[in-house]
Amino acid sequence: MRQRLALFAPLMLFVAVAPFLWLALDRDPNELPSARIGEEFPEFSLADLNDPQQLLSAADLRGEVALVNVWATWCYACSIEHAMLNELASLGVKIIGLNYKDNRDEATRWLQHLGDPYAFSIFDASGSLGIDLGVYGAPETYLLDAEGIIRHRRVGILDQRSWQREFAQRYQTLASSNVD
Amino acid sequence: MVEFSDDSMRPRYQKLIEELRCPKCQNQNLADSNSAISVELRLQILRLLEQKNSDEEIKHYLAERYSDFILYRPLVDQRTWFLWAAPFLFALSAAIAVILLQRRRQSDIGEYDSGRRAAMSAGDRERLDQLLNTPSEPR
Repeated sequence: MRQRLALFAPLMLFVAVAPFLWLALDRDPNELPSARIGEEFPEFSLADLNDPQQLLSAADLRGEVALVNVWATWCYACSIEHAMLNELASLGVKIIGLNYKDNRDEATRWLQHLGDPYAFSIFDASGSLGIDLGVYGAPETYLLDAEGIIRHRRVGILDQRSWQREFAQRYQTLASSNVD
Repeated sequence: MVEFSDDSMRPRYQKLIEELRCPKCQNQNLADSNSAISVELRLQILRLLEQKNSDEEIKHYLAERYSDFILYRPLVDQRTWFLWAAPFLFALSAAIAVILLQRRRQSDIGEYDSGRRAAMSAGDRERLDQLLNTPSEPR
């Protein structure tokens, strides 16, 4: 009898491992866990894209629930995403741009041409803030609460589907708790 | 070719970029990848080396920003200790299993022999002992 049971050992091993394999099917291996979730937006001192005289810092991101969107004119996916950002901005979502390793003239022209959904854009030509944030590819979008703490990050295009799935509820919750 | 102010940094730099993973590309290290982010991070590692940071500090700096994903050699902490200990635990349990099985086998043989012995008649038993205890004569 004991030996009969031993014959089932491979099956039982499979049953034990199967749930993990099954869960792993749904995971996107390209998705990096952000090391910055729950932390304050890193300190920086960089110029405004539209006004080189204006210095911006992390303090300028506080006060209101906001999205920080990493974009660049060399990033093709950003041009696809832009319409969605325009729509969100028209609905009253505060979006702050992080213009990443870009050229100032080209970037301002891009905004004139496609519309400017950003409350303001941080001009990070060297990509130093990008490294501090852990940016590894544009576009990326961060959700910040009113205290400037990073609550969520998405790498890749922000569209209706990803907004509904990842941002809408978090945004509502943070925005309504901010009113109280 | 990368220029260093001090040549002793070269092997350290080489080791770091081979042990750190490109965040954009899954199965390449920073040394092998030519993606924009890898180029950028190699530059940053060079800068950190020139600023006299230790290898551990540089790894910590990058893991803080890009998460532990970037480390090809995971740190030992409460989430990963099992990963590191598992090979040793498996080897240990295999060794214990082998010893236990061996013991059981030996005691099984012992039981079988004494069972057979008890079933023998007194004369046979005597004869068996005699046969077993007399050293065989060389032929």
